[in-house]
Amino acid sequence: MTPLLERVQNSRNVLGLIFMMPAALLLLLFLTYPLGLGVWLGFTDTKIGRAGQWIGFENYIFLMGDSVTQLALFNTMFYTTVASVLKFFLGLWLALLLNKNLRFKSFFRAVILLPYIVPTALSAIAFWWIFDSQFSIISWALVKMGWIDTYIDFLGSPWNARFATLSANVWRGVPFVAITLLAGLQTISPSYYEASAIDGATPWQQFWHVTLPLLTPIIAVTMTFSVLFTFTDFQLIYVLTRGGPLNATHLMATLSFQRAISGGALGEGAAIAIAMVPFLLAAILFSYFGLQRRTWQQGGSDK
Amino acid sequence: MSKDNQDNVGMSYLDSNATKLFKTYFPLVAFLFVLLFPFYWMGITAFKPDNELLSRDGNPFWIINPTLAHVEKLLFKTAYPQWMWNTVLVSVTATFFSLFASVLAAYAIERLRFKGAKNTGLAIFLAYLVPPSILFIPLASVVFQLGLFDTRLALILTYPTFLIPFCTWLLMGYFRTIPFELEECAMIDGANRWEILIKIILPLSVPGLISAGIFAFTLSWNEFIYALTFISSSEFKTVPVGVVTELVEGDVYHWGALMAGALFGSLPVAFIYSFFVEYYVSGMTGSVKE
Repeated sequence: MTPLLERVQNSRNVLGLIFMMPAALLLLLFLTYPLGLGVWLGFTDTKIGRAGQWIGFENYIFLMGDSVTQLALFNTMFYTTVASVLKFFLGLWLALLLNKNLRFKSFFRAVILLPYIVPTALSAIAFWWIFDSQFSIISWALVKMGWIDTYIDFLGSPWNARFATLSANVWRGVPFVAITLLAGLQTISPSYYEASAIDGATPWQQFWHVTLPLLTPIIAVTMTFSVLFTFTDFQLIYVLTRGGPLNATHLMATLSFQRAISGGALGEGAAIAIAMVPFLLAAILFSYFGLQRRTWQQGGSDK
Repeated sequence: MSKDNQDNVGMSYLDSNATKLFKTYFPLVAFLFVLLFPFYWMGITAFKPDNELLSRDGNPFWIINPTLAHVEKLLFKTAYPQWMWNTVLVSVTATFFSLFASVLAAYAIERLRFKGAKNTGLAIFLAYLVPPSILFIPLASVVFQLGLFDTRLALILTYPTFLIPFCTWLLMGYFRTIPFELEECAMIDGANRWEILIKIILPLSVPGLISAGIFAFTLSWNEFIYALTFISSSEFKTVPVGVVTELVEGDVYHWGALMAGALFGSLPVAFIYSFFVEYYVSGMTGSVKE
């Protein structure tokens, strides 16, 4: 073996650099560079097929006064808040159910994740059919039960469409929340429950004073991811409504696609996408500080 | 009731059967019904003849005369088989490439501990948090500048941007559980770092590799926004994009063919998932735990 080769093999820094090479090159070229390019594009008037000029904050000033963008921001906030709250409560409930002593537990757990692993664009198509204005199975069932007289136009009117897309999002997100929270529940030692039961705690007190505090760190991380994915959601809306009716379901992501790719205004679309970043950072920081205060729950020292 | 389940069930064995039925099985079955109904509906629509689909009479939950007409249309009158092949090709290639790059990166960060390894690990985690929907516009222009627009290579090269951070993060956690002593022994026996990685670390991390691989495969199979933006010709589309953009013609929706397309696009991931449930779940929960 040549001395040079031997030196390389024993130097951790040189070897580390070589090992990092494939991942680093790819991420720099297709992640870091586009991220910077996106910020830059947001300050230009680039169109598809035409290089743009630096126009400063003009895009952002225009977007702030643009009623469609304002509506999209409202929709995104509404969609994220309501969907995340629902996903949290339903997911926690499902996790608690699955954590009980059940028959066919592993079967239940496996089947419940199906909505999460199947391509969202494809399950969204199934929802499109379920929400069809003329042949919706939900409307059919409600009419047969005598609860309604006419078929519901799920995707045709603004608030119906908002709740329809929201419910499809919740349907897809609940399994993720439930399974990760279940993993958290399984790390809680049963001796806490036995001890508290001996002290006379009711199941509700056990949940409030044992389960919830011990579960908080994993709840924080799970919900951060959930909020992040919901806030930047694209597929469901694109397939179900394309942002309609009357832009009532446009999210920031679908609006930026419409302006940049369909409309050709790359600069403006990039500005909309970049405008999402502060919200995402706020969500991440919120969860980060929420986590830090609770290191003692993971066996760390109390600060 | 299997015995190993009883370890972490708390005091629920004190509940009576009636309480349990009402408080546990009833809500659980309701959850299951809602979560699985869309799949049942997909399946039943795919094999239902048009006249039954478009009639409000009779029982819509069942098929009277099952038909393969929708499947036939899908397979022989659309580019569906081609989309399927594209999806398989892109997912498999992107997954293997990402695994390769991630193994090296995770080993370097976790075990070589080169100067700046800790910050690199943090950067990888942050990269995981960058959502594709804020990246696709500038990425489209990068893809265009490289002359990769409307090619499968564009997808193979861009999918690792979300696969590598995830796989590296997962594998770092996995490598951390392998005792240092094993590596030290091998080093004393004269093995170099490469041999240690291939002969000691990798065989011990097969479960971690499977978790990362399965997860990466499903993520690339399900990817939508990049495939929608970077591909314009039908022959290079992936299944999710093809079904959404090409099977919808005008105002007449071919629900049967659409649902058949959605069903067959979902089956491969569901099938693979069914064999590796445990690995998938550990990959998913591993990505959330730190």
